Amino acid sequence: MADTRHDAVDTSAPVLQFRGVTKVFPDGTHALSDITFDVRRGEFVSIVGPSGCGKSTILRIASGLLPASRGDVNLADDNIGYVFQDATLLPWRTVRKNVELFGELHKVDKEELTRIAQDAIDLVGLTDFEDHHPRRLSGGMKMRVSLARSLTLNPGLFLFDEPFGALDEITRERLNEELLNLFLSENFGAVFITHSLYEAVYLSTRVIAMSPRPGRLIQEFEVPFKYPRRPELRFEPEFAELTGRVSAALRGGSQ
Amino acid sequence: MTSEEKLLEARPTIIQSEKGGTSIPQPEADQGRLARTLVTAAAPAGFFVLFMAGWYLVSYVIMTPRRRFLMPPPHEIIAEGFGKSDNLIQILTGLWQTTRVAFLGLVIAIAIGLVLATLMSQARWIENSVYPYAVVLQTVPIIALVPLIGLWFDYNFQARVIVSVIISLFPIITNTLFGLRSADSSHHDLFTLHGATRMTRLRKLMIPGSVPAMFTGFRISAGLSVIGAIVSDFFFRQGAPGIGRLLDIYRLNIQMEMLYVAIFWSSMLGVVMFWGFGMAGNLLTRKWHDASLAGG
Repeated sequence: MADTRHDAVDTSAPVLQFRGVTKVFPDGTHALSDITFDVRRGEFVSIVGPSGCGKSTILRIASGLLPASRGDVNLADDNIGYVFQDATLLPWRTVRKNVELFGELHKVDKEELTRIAQDAIDLVGLTDFEDHHPRRLSGGMKMRVSLARSLTLNPGLFLFDEPFGALDEITRERLNEELLNLFLSENFGAVFITHSLYEAVYLSTRVIAMSPRPGRLIQEFEVPFKYPRRPELRFEPEFAELTGRVSAALRGGSQ
Repeated sequence: MTSEEKLLEARPTIIQSEKGGTSIPQPEADQGRLARTLVTAAAPAGFFVLFMAGWYLVSYVIMTPRRRFLMPPPHEIIAEGFGKSDNLIQILTGLWQTTRVAFLGLVIAIAIGLVLATLMSQARWIENSVYPYAVVLQTVPIIALVPLIGLWFDYNFQARVIVSVIISLFPIITNTLFGLRSADSSHHDLFTLHGATRMTRLRKLMIPGSVPAMFTGFRISAGLSVIGAIVSDFFFRQGAPGIGRLLDIYRLNIQMEMLYVAIFWSSMLGVVMFWGFGMAGNLLTRKWHDASLAGG
């Protein structure tokens, strides 16, 4: 495996470290094989690969929801944001109460929590929707609530499991912009799972291509484009060239 | 006064309950709602008229005068059941007795059912040990148990309540348990990630999510508790008479009008209990739950 990683903006210890992580499920499914990578604060790492290659399993192991069968996983801090494809809001809670949920679970002081939640709601552009129930929100708005909820704890690492996969193209592109703005302002580390190579290249500092099951890392790609990135970047030749190389690596890995 | 102010005056409860501000009903929408309400009210009313016409037809055309007592015309039933104060007091006293039995039975069944369902949701072994007996309780014909319960508890108020509890317990357990289990695995993952205790998970995730299913159970059981109260009363033939006992007395005395009146009141009791829990469930969940319960 060619290691093309450069030294990230933040040269301190990684917020997430995978060392030779392998996962075999009790039913014998060999999901992941020898996965090694680091994520630092200020790094946005996308993982792309065919369905069933164990991308989501990487996140479940990183978060501690699943144990690894072999290998080491190091988290700098337990405080992580985990955003699922489904917004996973509690339907009986209003937007505000949904955003306050994690703070409640961590016993954050009430007044403090109200303030933090309001900041997060403002940050994702949901001001004036605080008292709505999720039923009345669009898919994109629900995802913003989900993001705001994770932002309240100000995590150093975000895990995104295809968060925009179920949204329409326009909403998805707008949320891509907003996510990048959050990434730049909050300076977290991120692991982002997606099926879309364009989305991966557009958002990331680094893209990792994975093989079909058992999932292995085929190749890592540095993304050289500077932040803040303009939406038009997606239509430039350098962008297309890089996306093409990721695509070729995935096709090579499928054989 | 603007039309909006009129609306505010006419429908204060709805306006107050929606704080969103964006959802103040527009006059057009309100007219649409009114039209829909009329249609939904007109259909049952039309059916009622047809039903009454059919009844009169049977009473006066199909029945010979000698056999008319089997199905007396509605106005005679009303005159007998509502016009004579002795009859009215007798039946309302019986109704009150039955209502107390049914309501207390339901309250106890809800308490037991919620506790059992919550325990069952916490551990498989509890579910595995309790569930078979709940099923047995449900499948044993309640009629078969009534004489035994009567003998044990002296055919009194208590015995009637016990029958009512037994008959209404099962739907509360199953529906509440279903509700408690209805949270997505991804919701559970969130609570796991943030170190939620078992209690917190129950309080903030499982119980709130179970409310719609819980109230479905309450509604079903409300109807059953009335049946339990009437059936026990009917078979005990002792103690303070409720509607069940009156049904039997009217049958023996061939007081056909009063028999119909007793049937009417016992149905009303069931309907009101069913409807009441439907309304309560709706009020609690209508803001977030899509499938509003019917019967409101």
